[in-house]
Amino acid sequence: MSDTPVLPATDCHAAASRPQWMTLLAETPPAEIERHWKVLPRPTFTWIRRPELGSAMVRGRASGTGAQFNLGDVTVTRCTLQLSTGEIGVSYVMGRNKRHAALSALFDAMLQREKSTGETIVCGAIAAMMELRDRRRRQILDDTRSSKVDFTMLSPGGAEQ
Amino acid sequence: MITSIKGGEKAIDASHQLLSKRRRGDPNVAQLSVEQIREQLSLAVDRVMNEGSLYDPTLAALAIKQAEGDLIEAIYLLRAYRSTIPRFGFTLPLDTASMIVRRRISTTHKDVPGGQFLGPTYDYTHRLIDFALLDGCDDEDGLPLPDSDQVEDLHLHHDAGFISRTGLVEEELPDDSQEVADITRSPLTFPSTRDQRLQNLVRGDEGFLMALCYSTMRGYGRNHPYVAEMRHGDVSVVMEIPEIDLEAGIGTVQITECRTIHLTVGKSETPPRYTRGYGLLFGHSERKALSVAVVDRALRGAEFGEERRYPAQDEEFVLSHSDSVAASGLVQHLKLPHYVDFQAEQQLLRRLREDYDKRASEALAKENDDA
Repeated sequence: MSDTPVLPATDCHAAASRPQWMTLLAETPPAEIERHWKVLPRPTFTWIRRPELGSAMVRGRASGTGAQFNLGDVTVTRCTLQLSTGEIGVSYVMGRNKRHAALSALFDAMLQREKSTGETIVCGAIAAMMELRDRRRRQILDDTRSSKVDFTMLSPGGAEQ
Repeated sequence: MITSIKGGEKAIDASHQLLSKRRRGDPNVAQLSVEQIREQLSLAVDRVMNEGSLYDPTLAALAIKQAEGDLIEAIYLLRAYRSTIPRFGFTLPLDTASMIVRRRISTTHKDVPGGQFLGPTYDYTHRLIDFALLDGCDDEDGLPLPDSDQVEDLHLHHDAGFISRTGLVEEELPDDSQEVADITRSPLTFPSTRDQRLQNLVRGDEGFLMALCYSTMRGYGRNHPYVAEMRHGDVSVVMEIPEIDLEAGIGTVQITECRTIHLTVGKSETPPRYTRGYGLLFGHSERKALSVAVVDRALRGAEFGEERRYPAQDEEFVLSHSDSVAASGLVQHLKLPHYVDFQAEQQLLRRLREDYDKRASEALAKENDDA
């Protein structure tokens, strides 16, 4: 992506905390992560837990605000790995795509590594993914806004209320 | 009584082959892909995910393909799959207030804060067959809108607090003191709790729940609903990641949320007010969300001192018969061999018949004697 914002090291790493980048990786389409992975230097790592498939029970609250209840499960794939430099990467991603989970865990570990080295290569990829997520959301909301509706009531005299 | 029957292996194999053949249909017609089902029959996918109790659009689409579009069969397939995978844990409750809204309406508050958006809905269509779709033309409304770089707030204002602002509507406050019931792990108990009921209703058959909702509206347990809010959109699923003790998102789900309010005069010691019903479903499932909300309210009758007189108010009736997998299993087992049952019953019938014939001939003899 040509419009990847190039941020100074400190800003780049300050822009996302670990839970934030984990969330972002889980929400990014695997093909997009793959695109960034292609151009990154390959780290060496060992598996702690190879990608495995399971589920998580999603909860809701009555009326959105009240007591909790179980809504239903989602499929989840998770894994854990360790870079040769020691950082441990973890991922939990919805769906059954093991590659998505593996890349997410690798990025998680590499981002921790970058925090200590001050490099910004992986961090730049994260910034690009964030940009893309915002764009996807904006697209949905633009669509939604296009159907904004104002209902008006007409009284017998014809005046709007 | 169910008795095992041997034999028929060959016939069963042949039956499976016939099934695959029929599933494929005319080989001159292109085969349907799972992606096509997922992307173009998304409302069927949503129904299967809700009643199958597993959010995975690709798997639900596969189940629909495998079941030749028989949604109840597809639901069964998804349920069976769900029971084979380990559960890593429970998510935090969905924060529906931070939804990326695709549709949102209120039928009670026309100036609802944040506004109303029709989004994709069949509510205002003419319900005429669109022959343009027959020719494979693209639906004009389905074309993507131009990209916009407008930097606006990514979140609409969509707190549902407007409903209880006036104090006339029951408040629902968070109460995390109770353990959350899970009917997939421990069976329903009666009297049931609201968490058990809401979980049961999400998994319940849409047709059954809609009929019950309809029955309350026609007078069998009146509780007139207003849709204070119906919304549909995307919500982040957040989970505590046990390895690192941090909460992180694991993806997003599309959901439909329906809030109904119902005029309740109820007990003399509580002020007359609006009480609530709630339906939260995966995907875009408004008919079901509304039905769940109204049935949820109908089943809360005991809280408001309402007499339980009709089916929709009877929790044992509703919750024990809502599940299409259970219902379909018992109903369809009638097609399996029942030779032993039938023979036993026939023997009984013969004895009863002999008794009857004996009594009849005795009565006739007595009549003749009297005459």
